[in-house]
Formats: sequence, C-alpha cells, structure tokens
Amino acid sequence: MTVAFEEKAVLEFKGRMLMMTVLLLKDLDPNTLHRQVSQRLDEAAQWLRDAPVVVDLADPGSADQVGLMAAVDTLRGLGVNLVALARNEHLDSDTAAMLGLGSISLAGGRDVPRSAEPAPAEQPAEPGHTLVIDQPVRSGQQIYSRGDLIVLAPVSTGAELLAEGHIHVYNTLRGRALAGVRGDQSARIFCQKLDAELVSIAGIYRVAEDLPEQHRKQAVHITLDGDAMRFADLK
Amino acid sequence: MTKIVVVTSGKGGVGKTTTSAALATGLAQRGHKTTVIDFDVGLRNLDLIMGCERRVVYDLVNVINGDANLKQGLIKDKRVEDLFILPASQTRDKDALTLEGVEKVLEGLKEMGMEYIICDSPAGIEKGALTAAYFADEAVVVTNPEVSSVRDSDRILGILSSKTRKAERGEGDIPASLLLTRYSPERVERGEMLSVEDVKDILAIDLLGVIPESQAVLNASNSGAPVILDSESDAGKAYEDAVARFLGEQRPHRFLTANKKGLFGRLFGAQ
Repeated sequence: MTVAFEEKAVLEFKGRMLMMTVLLLKDLDPNTLHRQVSQRLDEAAQWLRDAPVVVDLADPGSADQVGLMAAVDTLRGLGVNLVALARNEHLDSDTAAMLGLGSISLAGGRDVPRSAEPAPAEQPAEPGHTLVIDQPVRSGQQIYSRGDLIVLAPVSTGAELLAEGHIHVYNTLRGRALAGVRGDQSARIFCQKLDAELVSIAGIYRVAEDLPEQHRKQAVHITLDGDAMRFADLK
Repeated sequence: MTKIVVVTSGKGGVGKTTTSAALATGLAQRGHKTTVIDFDVGLRNLDLIMGCERRVVYDLVNVINGDANLKQGLIKDKRVEDLFILPASQTRDKDALTLEGVEKVLEGLKEMGMEYIICDSPAGIEKGALTAAYFADEAVVVTNPEVSSVRDSDRILGILSSKTRKAERGEGDIPASLLLTRYSPERVERGEMLSVEDVKDILAIDLLGVIPESQAVLNASNSGAPVILDSESDAGKAYEDAVARFLGEQRPHRFLTANKKGLFGRLFGAQ
C-alpha cells in the first residue's frame, strides 16, 4: 500500500542581481602577486576583505594551468574569498573546476569602480560627492563626508565634522572641523564665524586656545602650508 | 487629535517639572483636556509640584504592569477642570518603563479624549529620557542661561532628531521650542549669564518663552500649586504667555530687561 502525501517544498529558485568584486590579474608571478595583494588588503576595508571575488585574467591566452594554480593558492593563502573564475574561450568550466572554483561569464556585467578605502556605514556620501547639511549639527553628533562637506546651519560645541575634502560652514562653527581626514593636504576649511574647539587639515590641527585672536568669531579661510596652518580673512 | 509633548532638558534641576506642571495647568485652564505624566521613575516630584502627593495610590509603572487600569492611576486635579496627573513610581527603577507599556498608556489616554499629554522627562540622556521623548509629537526644551545647561540642551536636541518614533519612521524631526528659565536680566547685564540672544544663537530653535528667576517658583513648589496659578507673579505671567504662544498666539516677550527704571519697568511689567 502506498501512502500519498504532499511533501513540503524545502527549496525555491530565485533570480537575484548581485554585486561581485572582480580581481583582474595582469601577471601571475606568485611573489609579485603576494606582495601587491597583501599590501592592498592591508589598506582595504573589512567588506573588501570578506567580499566574494571572481578572478579574471587580463591575458587568458597566455595563462598555463600550473601558473594559474599557483596564483589561486597565493590568493587563498592571503585569505581572499575566491568563488569563481571568469569564463572565456581559454578558461572553461573544467579549468575552474580543477581549481575548485565556479565558472562565471562576465559578459553583460557592468563595471563599478571599487576603491580600497574603508567605508563605515555612517558615511552617507559616495566618494567624491559633496554632502550638504542644512540642519544644526548638535553636540554629540558626527558628520562624515567622503568628499566635501557643506553645512548651512550652526555647528555646536561637542559636534564633529569630518571630510575627506573641504569643509564649508556657512554659519557659526563651534565644534570640531577636520578636513582632508585621509591625508589630502590641499583640503581647506571655510567658515563664516570661527569659534571652533579644534580645526584640522590632513592631521595638522589647532585647538581653540591656539586659534589666532584676530580671526576669532570672524569669517575665515584655513589652508595648510607644509606643516603650518594658515588663516586668512574670508572677505 | 491628541498632541504628545515632551518637556526635556538633558541637565537636571533646570525646571522641567515646574514647566510641565505649569504648561499642563495652563492648557487645562484654557479648556484643553490634558494629562501630565511624570517619567522620572524613582525620583518622583511632579505630584509634589502639583500638590497631589497625598492622593497617589497607583503610578505609571502600576498602570504599565497592569496592576491598575488607567482610570485608577490618573489623579484628577482639584483646582482645574480637565487636568489629570499620572505620577511616577518612587519604588521602581527606570527599567520598569517599556516602550510597549508606555505606548499602551498613551493610547489609553488618547481614547479618553485627551487633547494634550505632557511628558515630564527625567534628566540625562539615558533610557528614561529616551522613553519619555520617544512618542512625542513636539518637544519643549527647558534651558537655564548658562553654558552647561545650553550644551546639554543642544545634545538633547540632537538626540530628539534621531531617537523619536517619528525620526525612526523617517517622518523628520519633531518641532522643538526653547523655554529659557531662571532668567535674570540683572545678571545678564553684569555678564554673569548668557543672554536670550546668546542662547537662541547657539541652539537655533524657536523661543517659546523666558521665565524670570523668581521667588514665586519656589513658593509654588512649596505650596504644591503650579506657579501659573499665581497669576500676579512674574513667573506665573511668563508661563501664561508661553502657554498662549504654545497654542499659536503671538505675544511679545516680557521680563527681558532689568527692572530698575521704577515706574517704566512697572508699566511694562504689568502691561
């Protein structure tokens, strides 16, 4: 006797668009590869270190299997999360399978630039974009811009502005302003009324006590000249 | 439509409870059905200021925990019609306040037809203050004219812009207005206190009112009658103005200048 019952489905196929990081290798020399990849990973944000990576070769025709295996081993040894090999006429799914990788066609994909900069979640602006804030920045609040930062409202004591580029405050700056936080020495700070706790450009800073008296509560333009901060009237 | 108003400051001792009591009483005097809730669990004061401490049976935590229903917890004011007080618990700590529980209480008050619910926040920026502010539609920030109070108010304003239910739902900042209390024009003139303009400049929010430093406030607290009921006093008049402004009336600010001109001062003070 057979008992018929309907089995509950335990799987479901879904189509989903995914962003993948593609590692384009221009040379397979294991030593060079090891040095350069580990250096890039050291600078990279955590998401890039954990991201699934597809290996693509700039010149697939010249790649031999031994060289490819060595390169893949090197990358795995560095903790790169390899998931697949880009498929083309020279590298088929069999080669990928031999390397323990999946095979993916990159045709039809679209390139998105990936930088190695850290990108914490609280950074609302994309690299190079200007972030504009029109609400007061209150004590305890922190604003980070990956490009320039423009604030149209007061910045309170205890608030912190950070920008990889310039900082403009079209109101009173009472908090801290740090421009060029990733080392851009050409970054500048502009503000309508300087009453800051601290100003900094590319790591060179002045605290409130050391601000030039004649610029206090005035409109100023702050630049970096070597290791010295220059204050000028904004007229 | 019920409006939930949080009276907050960050810093302690600036006059939140005095303001909550005055604001609630003033609204009820004008015929708006109002409840004032003491969120300062563990340090209850509102019932003293409202003069109902000898009639407290149940409190906010009892109502949240279901030990008492809302009608049992509410104390009806004896002087002003349409005014109710929900006292804080003295024996429990702030962990007894859950957002779900508070929401239930607020919903219950809405169903009773309250027009205004005034939430008297505890000092600080921890759970108690956040719970008091979470469901607010509007905030009144109480500040003294001195730097530490202003900075704490600024901090609270920042927190209000991200930690209320409206902010979390992406409905934007709740409107906040400034009530400057314990203001002494004489001390401002001597440079011992920040001026109204200084504080407005730093906090960048609308000014709801300026309450002068006044013996009447202390007397009111001691006698358990909100200072707004002392309609002859400067502080009482200033709160009355603030309530009118809160309801949308335009009134000039009073008590901003030192009262040394004798006749002139009195004429302006009594307008």
